[in-house]
Amino acid sequence: MADLQDLYQSIILDHNRKPKNYGALEGATCSAEGRNPLCGDAVRVELVVGEGGIEDVRFTGSGCAVSRASASIMTQAVKGRTRAEVEQMFIRFHELVTGKLKPEPAEARAMGEMAAFSGVSKFPIRVKCASMPWHTLRKALEDAAST
Amino acid sequence: MRTSRRADFPLLARDPGLHYLDSAATSHKPRAVLDAIRDFYERDNANPHRGAYDLSARATERYHGARERIARFLGVSDVDCLLFTRGTTEALNLVATAWGHAYIGAGDEIVVTALEHHANFVPWQQLALARAARLVVSPLTDDQRVDVGALRQLVGPRTRVVAFGHVSNAIGTVNPVRDIAAIARSVGALVVCDGAQGAPHLRVDFDALDVDFYAFSGHKMCGPMGIGGLVGRRAILEAMPPYQFGGDMIDFVRDDHSTWNVLPHKFEAGTPNVADAVGLAAACEYLDGIGLDEVLAHERALTSLASERLQLIDGVRVFGPPARERSGVVSFSVDDIHPHDLATVLDQRGVCIRAGHHCAQPLMRRLGVPATARASFYVYSDESDVDALVRAVEEAKLLFAAPSLTI
Repeated sequence: MADLQDLYQSIILDHNRKPKNYGALEGATCSAEGRNPLCGDAVRVELVVGEGGIEDVRFTGSGCAVSRASASIMTQAVKGRTRAEVEQMFIRFHELVTGKLKPEPAEARAMGEMAAFSGVSKFPIRVKCASMPWHTLRKALEDAAST
Repeated sequence: MRTSRRADFPLLARDPGLHYLDSAATSHKPRAVLDAIRDFYERDNANPHRGAYDLSARATERYHGARERIARFLGVSDVDCLLFTRGTTEALNLVATAWGHAYIGAGDEIVVTALEHHANFVPWQQLALARAARLVVSPLTDDQRVDVGALRQLVGPRTRVVAFGHVSNAIGTVNPVRDIAAIARSVGALVVCDGAQGAPHLRVDFDALDVDFYAFSGHKMCGPMGIGGLVGRRAILEAMPPYQFGGDMIDFVRDDHSTWNVLPHKFEAGTPNVADAVGLAAACEYLDGIGLDEVLAHERALTSLASERLQLIDGVRVFGPPARERSGVVSFSVDDIHPHDLATVLDQRGVCIRAGHHCAQPLMRRLGVPATARASFYVYSDESDVDALVRAVEEAKLLFAAPSLTI
């Protein structure tokens, strides 16, 4: 089960079981919904965005372990970050799950729990699951920027 | 271990470790079908109905020979009432568009069931929206059967169409076609049956079925992708307007109007998909060689076995009526494992299942789940596929039950 354990690392399974920042966000300033039309999964990301960036973020929705864990880890990672930092994180994450980035140990440590998604690149069908929460977050930030 | 029929299917024969359990999505193709398609292109390829030369006449003959063979398979005696389409989706869109826009008006009612595939739901929904008609969704019983009693209460003098699936793709429920058709007839409604999951598994006798339209897909019944059809009653087909316009379907074209060719050409605009029609005829020959009764008995045995063994696993829920009332489909869920994750784990063991809403979101909402896992069997499936499925589900449970770290 080598490949499967790469995909379903215990960090991912734990976040799936006990997701962080799950639930509606009181006083959200912007939000967005993402869907995977193939499987019917949906995620909703709600944010409080201030001058300095993301002050608070939570998510709701139903999805597979990969998308739930990705949303959970994402919400932890982006809290307190500026838009520019979030965009950089998204780019790194996307490179990671599509296999374009093979992080060195030091780099992987810097990515924190997000590095647990390195196994996704071996499962091309699942890249969408991992990246959907991020796309939804970016959509919410874009909407916030345009209003 | 393996059924001997597996050897008829080149893709499966090449990969003995593959457990293909997604035949409700598409079936594999026996060598006889692949050979028939190749043979057409190598010997008789030309545009039918057009050329004044022998080769074109041969292509025309092959095309109509295919129509006759498929009509015989489906119990259609009026052969020209079998129209070729790309598949069930196009066939149902044909009815909803061509018949629907001619006959549906404001305040009319169109009844579908909550079991329907989107292809037999959305065309009617959109027709209703376009014509200010009302789409009525007939409810299900607790075990995902059409609630015939409720349907009887639902239909009325404004009901113009009752559209329903012969067999549910998501659950495998075999619907009582005669009962539903009788209810529709009692109010004079058009009876439309989506046979995408019926024709591959059950003997269809269109002449005796008392439905007005029956739609089917070739690729789910051992035939190629891109060919299927619509069988309709002659009087209705002749009275309704065409679906698409172009070559082959016209009689005369004046500057200001046109008249239409006879059946089946009226509904087959453009160069037809002859090779795949020939392939589908070969698929009918193949299935008749096995016998549809044997096809169904074989699938039901595997469906029962898989349902029983899966239900022995803690946390597994199998949807739908008992296996003996379903075709070759087992739709199930496993507690705390999302179907998508389950499908990935199974895929690593060579077990191909479908995970998702199965293009039946109205049904998923009623089941109260976003998705299910679905294993579906066909003529080439065998007990080793069930073994592999059950083993892989148990393995997935172990993987997902791994002790938790503290986060």
